[in-house]
Amino acid sequence: MLTIRSVGRRFPGGVEALRDVSLRLGAGDFLALLGPSGCGKSTLLRLIAGLDRPDAGSLDWDAGHALAPGDAGFVFQDATLLPWATAEDNVFLPLRLRGMSRPRAMPAVREALAHVGLGGFEKARPRTLSGGMRMRVSIARALVTRPRLLLMDEPFAALDEFTRHKLQADLLALWRELGCTIVFVTHSIYEACFLARRIVLMTPRPGRVAREMASALAHGADTRLDPAYAALVAEVSRSMERALEAG
Amino acid sequence: MKAAPLLFGLLALIAWEAVVRAGNVPPYIVPGPVAIVAAFAAGPLSLLTALASTLVVTFIALAVAAVLGALLAFAMSVSRLAQAAIQPWAVVLQVTPIVAIVPLVIIWVGYLVTSPRISTLITLVVSATIVAFFPIFANTAEGLASAPAELGDLFRLYGGGRWQTLALLRLPAALPYFLTGLRISGGLALVGAVVAEFVAGSGGFASGLAYTIQEAGFRLQVPRMFAALVLLSLAGIAINLGLGALARFVLRRRGMA
Ligand SMILES: Nc1ncnc2c1ncn2[C@@H]1O[C@H](COP(=O)(O)OP(=O)(O)OP(=O)(O)O)[C@@H](O)[C@H]1O
Ligand SMILES: [Mg+2]
Repeated sequence: MLTIRSVGRRFPGGVEALRDVSLRLGAGDFLALLGPSGCGKSTLLRLIAGLDRPDAGSLDWDAGHALAPGDAGFVFQDATLLPWATAEDNVFLPLRLRGMSRPRAMPAVREALAHVGLGGFEKARPRTLSGGMRMRVSIARALVTRPRLLLMDEPFAALDEFTRHKLQADLLALWRELGCTIVFVTHSIYEACFLARRIVLMTPRPGRVAREMASALAHGADTRLDPAYAALVAEVSRSMERALEAG
Repeated sequence: MKAAPLLFGLLALIAWEAVVRAGNVPPYIVPGPVAIVAAFAAGPLSLLTALASTLVVTFIALAVAAVLGALLAFAMSVSRLAQAAIQPWAVVLQVTPIVAIVPLVIIWVGYLVTSPRISTLITLVVSATIVAFFPIFANTAEGLASAPAELGDLFRLYGGGRWQTLALLRLPAALPYFLTGLRISGGLALVGAVVAEFVAGSGGFASGLAYTIQEAGFRLQVPRMFAALVLLSLAGIAINLGLGALARFVLRRRGMA
C-alpha cells in the first residue's frame, strides 16, 4: 500500500536522521522497525503518518490507499492522554475531531476500551490508572477509528514484563482479528521477533535499512519457548551487531 | 507537625510581649501584641470598614486583571500580529513601578470622571489591575503553549482544526497555569490596592487600610497602625490560601491534581 523511495530527513541544525531509506509496506503487514536509539525510527514513523515531510525521496501511496484522517492510528511512546479527560473521552477524541456526536460514538468507544481489557474503567481519569492501563487507553484510542494502518512507537517500552507480554499477545490477536497493517517501532530484539512478520533492521544515525528479515513463527501458547523463536532472536542479534559495526 | 507554625507564632508573640514589657518600650515606638489587640478592640468597625474598602478594590482589580490577562494571552496565542503588538507593552507595564504610574492614572481618571468618589475608586482599581495583570497574562500565555507536542500531533493526525485544537487541547491545558497566575495576582492586587491608596490619598472613596495606617501614623497611634498592618497581612494570607484552595478544587474536579 505504500512505497518509501530513497527517503532522507535532515533536521534544521544539521542532524541527518534518515538517509536513503527505501521500503515497501503491504496491506496486512506486521512490520517491526528495529534499531538503536537515535537511528531515526520515530522520524520514519512520523513521515509515514504524514506528521513530517522528507527532504529527499518520496512516500508514494498506492492508488486508493492514501491516508485520510482516521485511517491511521498512532500510539506514542508515552500514553499522551488528555489528563483532564476520562478514559472514555480520551478514546472518543479521534471520533470527536471527525465531527461524530457523542451518542453515536459511544458504542465504538466502549468496544475499543473493552478490547484492551478496560471495560469498567470508562469514567477513570488517566491519573488514577496505572502506566499499563494508560497505555491501553492510548491503544484503544488508536483502534477506535478502525484504522487501516496502526503506527506504534515503542508502545510497550516503559512497561513491566508482565504487562508487556500481555499487551503483546493482545496486539497479535487484534492484528489477526482486524487484519490491519502495523508498523511497530522497537529497540527490543525480543519484541520484534515475537511480534512481527517482517523485521527491518536500521543502522545507527543516519538511519538506513541494514537488513530485512522475515519471521515465520507460528504463534501459539509457548512461542517464547519455541526453538524457532530462539533461532530468530540469535540471527537478528548477529545482524544487529554487524549493522552496528558497519555503521 | 501541622501545628508547628502556629506554636512558633504563639511563642514569638509571647516573647515579643515579654521583651516590650521588660524593656519598658513605649507603645508609640513598638507596641506589644496586647496593645495591638486593644487598639483593634477600641475601634473595630472603622478598621474593618477600611479593610472592606481595600478588599473591594482588590477583588474588582483581580477580576478585571483575570479577564484582561486571559483574553490578551488568548489573543496572543491565536495571532502572531497580536503577539507582536501586545507582548512589549505587557512587559513595559510590568517593569514600571506602580507608584510612578498612579499620579498619571489619577489625572486621567479625574479628567474623565467628575464624581470624586467614583474617580478615586476607578483610580485605585486601575492601579491595582496594572499590578495584578502580568502574572495572569504571562502564566496563561505559557499555559496555552504548554500542551505536549505529541498531543498536537495527535490532533493533526485526526484532522483536528485550529479551533478544535484550541477548545479541546490548548485551553484546558492552560487552566492550571491560569489558576497559578490568579493566585500570584491575588496577593499582588492587594499590594497594588494599598500602594495606590497611599499615593492617591484620601480623596472621597479612599478610606482603605493604607489611609488608616497613614492617618494613625500622623497621630502617632502606633498600636492602631500595627492593627491595620495585621489586618492587611491576614487579608493577604486569606486571599493566597483561598485562591490556592480554589485552584486545588478546580484541578481535582478535572482530574489534574
Ligand atoms: N524535531 C527534531 N529536530 C531536530 N532533531 C531531531 C528532531 N527529531 C529528531 N531529531 C534527531 O533525529 C535523530 C533521530 O531521532 P528519532 O527520534 O527518529 O530516533 P529514534 O530512532 O526514534 O530513537 P529512540 O529509540 O531513542 O526513540 C536524533 O538524533 C534526534 O536528535
Ligand atoms: Mg523514538
